[in-house]
Amino acid sequence: MESLVVLYNEVYKILFLLIPILVSVAMIVWFDRRVWGFVQKRKGPNVVGPFGLFQTLADALKYIFKEIIIPASSNKVIFILAPIVTMTLALSAWAVIPLSEKMVIADINVGILYIFAISSLGVYGILMGGWASNSKYPFLGAVRSAAQMVSYEVSIGIIIINVLLCTGSLNLKEIVLAQQNLWFVIPLFPMFVIFFISALAETNRPPFDLPEAEAELVAGYQTEYSGMMYAMFWLGEYANILLMCALGSILFLGGWLSPIDIYPFNLIPGAVWMIIKILILFFMFAIIKAIVPRYRYDQLMRLGWKVFLPFSLIYVVFTASFLIYFDLLPNTGN
Amino acid sequence: MIAHALFFYFFSIIAILSAIMVIVSRNTVHAVFFLILDFISIASLFILIGAEFLGMMMIIVYVGAVAVLFLFVVMLLNVSEQKLSWFRGARKTKHIPIGLAVGAVILLELIVVVGGWKYRDTFSETKFLNFEKDFTNTHAIGNVMYTEYIHLFQISGLILLLSMIGAIVLTYRKREGVKRQDYFTQVGREREDSIKLVEVESGKGINLDD
Repeated sequence: MESLVVLYNEVYKILFLLIPILVSVAMIVWFDRRVWGFVQKRKGPNVVGPFGLFQTLADALKYIFKEIIIPASSNKVIFILAPIVTMTLALSAWAVIPLSEKMVIADINVGILYIFAISSLGVYGILMGGWASNSKYPFLGAVRSAAQMVSYEVSIGIIIINVLLCTGSLNLKEIVLAQQNLWFVIPLFPMFVIFFISALAETNRPPFDLPEAEAELVAGYQTEYSGMMYAMFWLGEYANILLMCALGSILFLGGWLSPIDIYPFNLIPGAVWMIIKILILFFMFAIIKAIVPRYRYDQLMRLGWKVFLPFSLIYVVFTASFLIYFDLLPNTGN
Repeated sequence: MIAHALFFYFFSIIAILSAIMVIVSRNTVHAVFFLILDFISIASLFILIGAEFLGMMMIIVYVGAVAVLFLFVVMLLNVSEQKLSWFRGARKTKHIPIGLAVGAVILLELIVVVGGWKYRDTFSETKFLNFEKDFTNTHAIGNVMYTEYIHLFQISGLILLLSMIGAIVLTYRKREGVKRQDYFTQVGREREDSIKLVEVESGKGINLDD
């Protein structure tokens, strides 16, 4: 009986996190398309519901009722598994994201490593989809995407090392609490910029959306997918984008902490600040999608390996030396 | 405790089954996917015994980087269908005795390592491991690795660097006749270097090669 109550509580907590995330993914897709529309002096989706808010729900309904087509020469098991893997991984990473000091499902010691591991697993959904489709464009898209994600993961890892040097803990909560006096975006501003650009590349967003560059590869790894399976890829992609925004706000923008610790701002609950920060970061994602032209693939690789990686490595040395010289290394209890 | 045991059997059965499937499956891409599943279940076992740092590192390094490269090679070389499979079909291959010999050696080594554990001398004992509560195993590993074993740590890093440089040197070749983009010359171009205004007399034309 006891364990049933525990199980019930866990399921309740998970549902309480998952459903808002799925709904906010739908809202964020609408927001993305609206921003994109406004930048191009269009209206964007504005017909279904107030301001077109229900556009994504209508789209989802359409996807559900469309037929799922499985190509005859595809590798069927892996073909079906690929969108499931993508979406499961994208949602399971949210388990460790603290929306406020109390609102977190799993408060684990190695939270940041968990997110890093899960996001590095994200490559497989795309590789599986591209390979199992057994067709040229999906395969090229998958190979491009995997190379891109592996390259930019390296620089994201080193940026995370920068932040960890300043916090002395891998726990996401403690990373946020270490920023009570100063958000890391101020001392580590160059790292924040690089993190943001790497996050764009990691989530295959424009200007780094080469895996699905429609001018060259039709739709990349998603070409052969239809109906709900396509929608699952799509949901996973946007859940990943939201996750990257959440990670950016935890690592650099102080998570659920309010910008100024004075009276009227104190009353606003932490989750609201967190959501505002995620939305600001997502707004930047959306604006960049609208205003920046697509990169060429060799330029993308050059940027990742020859610019971001050396620069963030040098910054690690710089941060470490600075912390040691001024005796600011975090006290980790030894 | 029952839940713990259940999880342990769950992950270990998956690990063993997928390890068998790595060898048995005919499609090499499937084999790599089973290898990934194996890595993930081993990482879960690490997490179950409380070594969460090792488990996460296992996933990040092996699954996130090494297995992706495996998959790349297998997919790009187009060797997904194995023509010769030793466990079915009439033709026997020569690999079985060699494979069995290597397997026997590895098994012997494992037995020696595990059996000789209690006869280890003080060389492999560490004085820096003090188990306290709220001392995460990330801290514990860091405390040992960067103090007592710093030389071994750095030497292994250097070996990796060396092999990386070696691989690059072995495969690098400068191809002739390839136009390369040089960002610095591109950005550093001035108006004077690239544009020249020429008065062209009518009926005569000019020679552009000057």
